[in-house]
Amino acid sequence: MSEVQTRPRVEIAALLKESVVAALVALGLTVVMVGMKTVDQPGGLGLEYRWNWVAAAVASVFIGRFLFALWRETRPRHAAERGPSRQQRMLTSGGDFIRKFGLWFSLFALGFAIAMPFLGGPFSTRYFIDVATYVTIYIMLGWGLNIVVGLAGLLDLGYVAFYAVGAYAYALLSTHFGLSFWVVLPLAGMMAASFGMMLGFPVLRLRGDYLAIVTLGFGEIIRIILLNWYELTGGPDGISGIPRPSFFGLDFSRRVPENGDTFHTFFGLDYSSMHRIIFLYYLILALALITNWFTLRVRKLPIGRAWEALREDEIACRSLGINPTNTKLTAFSIGAMFGGFAGSFFATRQGFISPESFTFIESAVILAIVVLGGLGSQIGVVVASVVLIGGTELFRGLEEYRMLTFGALMVAIMVWKPRGLFSFRRPTVILEGKKIVGSQAGEGSG
Amino acid sequence: MLTLEGVQTYYGNIEALKGIDLEVQQGEIVTIIGANGAGKSTTLMTICGLPRAAEGRIRFEQYDITRMPTHEIVQLGIAQSPEGRRIFPRMTVLENLQMGASKSNPDFFEQDLAHVQELFPILKKRENQRGGTLSGGEQQMLAIARALMSRPRLLLLDEPSLGLAPLVVRQIFEVIEQINREDDVTVLLVEQNAFHALKLAHRGYVMVNGRITLSGAGDELLDMPEVRAAYLEGG
Ligand SMILES: Nc1ncnc2c1ncn2[C@@H]1O[C@H](COP(=O)(O)OP(=O)(O)O)[C@@H](O)[C@H]1O
Ligand SMILES: [Mg+2]
Repeated sequence: MSEVQTRPRVEIAALLKESVVAALVALGLTVVMVGMKTVDQPGGLGLEYRWNWVAAAVASVFIGRFLFALWRETRPRHAAERGPSRQQRMLTSGGDFIRKFGLWFSLFALGFAIAMPFLGGPFSTRYFIDVATYVTIYIMLGWGLNIVVGLAGLLDLGYVAFYAVGAYAYALLSTHFGLSFWVVLPLAGMMAASFGMMLGFPVLRLRGDYLAIVTLGFGEIIRIILLNWYELTGGPDGISGIPRPSFFGLDFSRRVPENGDTFHTFFGLDYSSMHRIIFLYYLILALALITNWFTLRVRKLPIGRAWEALREDEIACRSLGINPTNTKLTAFSIGAMFGGFAGSFFATRQGFISPESFTFIESAVILAIVVLGGLGSQIGVVVASVVLIGGTELFRGLEEYRMLTFGALMVAIMVWKPRGLFSFRRPTVILEGKKIVGSQAGEGSG
Repeated sequence: MLTLEGVQTYYGNIEALKGIDLEVQQGEIVTIIGANGAGKSTTLMTICGLPRAAEGRIRFEQYDITRMPTHEIVQLGIAQSPEGRRIFPRMTVLENLQMGASKSNPDFFEQDLAHVQELFPILKKRENQRGGTLSGGEQQMLAIARALMSRPRLLLLDEPSLGLAPLVVRQIFEVIEQINREDDVTVLLVEQNAFHALKLAHRGYVMVNGRITLSGAGDELLDMPEVRAAYLEGG
């Protein structure tokens, strides 16, 4: 094989033709969707034409397509043949990075996450901590769903149902019975887990697309029940006045009760509304880290290995004596439990919940985080949450473009890393000398 | 040890097994040979309850396993290296072996691991490599080793020689003979490679279109003209 990398001759005419076709398609699509807008006029609806917008769209598609095609044609051809095969590379996408720096990256991320509220500057602002809390909720949800989708390979499009169950469990138990957050948290987790079982039973025999459709339906059923069971859930009005969590019994209020302490008097601090914000941030960080710790541990136990084996080959699992029913049900219910924890946190942080917070788009976002991060990768979930949730949060000012950014990020990741950002799977055991040791918990504690 | 009586198995409306009678005695190597689509794999899978027999009886030792769930059958001491190997591609060799041992006493793990690595030394070298990156022969060895990790008394092997170089086939067949002789593992071997299989086996069955048409001692079958014509010459 010749060592010379010939730059292929570029057929400009062909590229132009390709770009014209793309531009024509864009024209066809935008004439109606962008070019015409209905406006309220005296005497009914009228049309407003925006041909300059159409021109801009078509021109940018033309130029974009041309540049893309040019890049595609001029890129060195032999590179792919020399390196590892595409398949091989896809199997280990991000592998080198994780192998070499995984532990350091995780430790750094963890250190940063813990120190963040005290770093000063922009990091300690209320806005930044709020965003970080929000991102961490999604990290936790991503880690929870990762058990079901990433490890056990069960595609679940209704994960938000368990988030909702956890949130309503806390909201109802605390507003009606005055139970505290710490009492309700395990209850909410148990409730979500039993809903996970409920979902698990009917879908035991389903795989792939069928499983996805049923789980999607399950998520919608839960939301619609919440919406219509007015006496219990308040329907679309939701539940408000949900109590805030306390710090081991110390409230974060400004007003000090007659005979007692609040957080700031107990620690001799001046009152600041930031205390609660920071406390909530640490609370979700701790919950998320527990989720991660659990996953890293369970992967090395027989049940965790059975999940992964089930994802790889169900028939083989059965013929090795693994009971697929139990394996699937535990995956669903444990994944659901962490969703329930996150839901309780969400309810206590917001102080108000309604079915609007638990729509399908939430399930889709959480699933996107897991898939884009690289199925089964714990670090991947962190990076994908920061990029997708944090990224779109930064664009909140540009309200209309928020979903557009979200979509663009997803497409970009899928083009660039079709198997997710980090699809390297760290073995759960390695042999050193004669002894079996667990492999280092490098993959993502952060 | 294992008996099948009048076993019929369906895939939807297709009758894949049309009443199979078959017996395996403790300590034997028994082979089932037959052309593609004859129902050999279906026979092995039916023994494990995947799919379940519609008619007939399957007994293993004193148990009637016809209606037993697969995972319980396996726990009685039957292990299968299924058609197409079905190793776990993203898991390492060691993790694959661990999966094989998941229903046996963990105290035996290191000892059993050492044993299968002695049978297949290449698996020790490849220990931390992902299953999917092994060669075909290595994957087959892994599939057998994984089945052995559950300490079976009866081992079901589905076409272990498929697509492998003659040298590798010889090595695998030697190991089969060794575990039968030294570890007292009874073997039911499905093969298209009729010559090697009949040489190795004590007894054999010939299967055509979901029925057993011939049976007898391995060398007897090898000498039968109809077997020679259909499965050995030119094939
Ligand atoms: N999963 C399946 N669904 C439907 N038909 C099947 C399935 N597996 C095998 N068959 C059919 O059952 C018959 C026996 O197949 P099989 O047991 O795989 O044969 P062999 O292993 O002897 O080549 C064939 O006709 C095959 O087409
Ligand atoms: Mg077959």
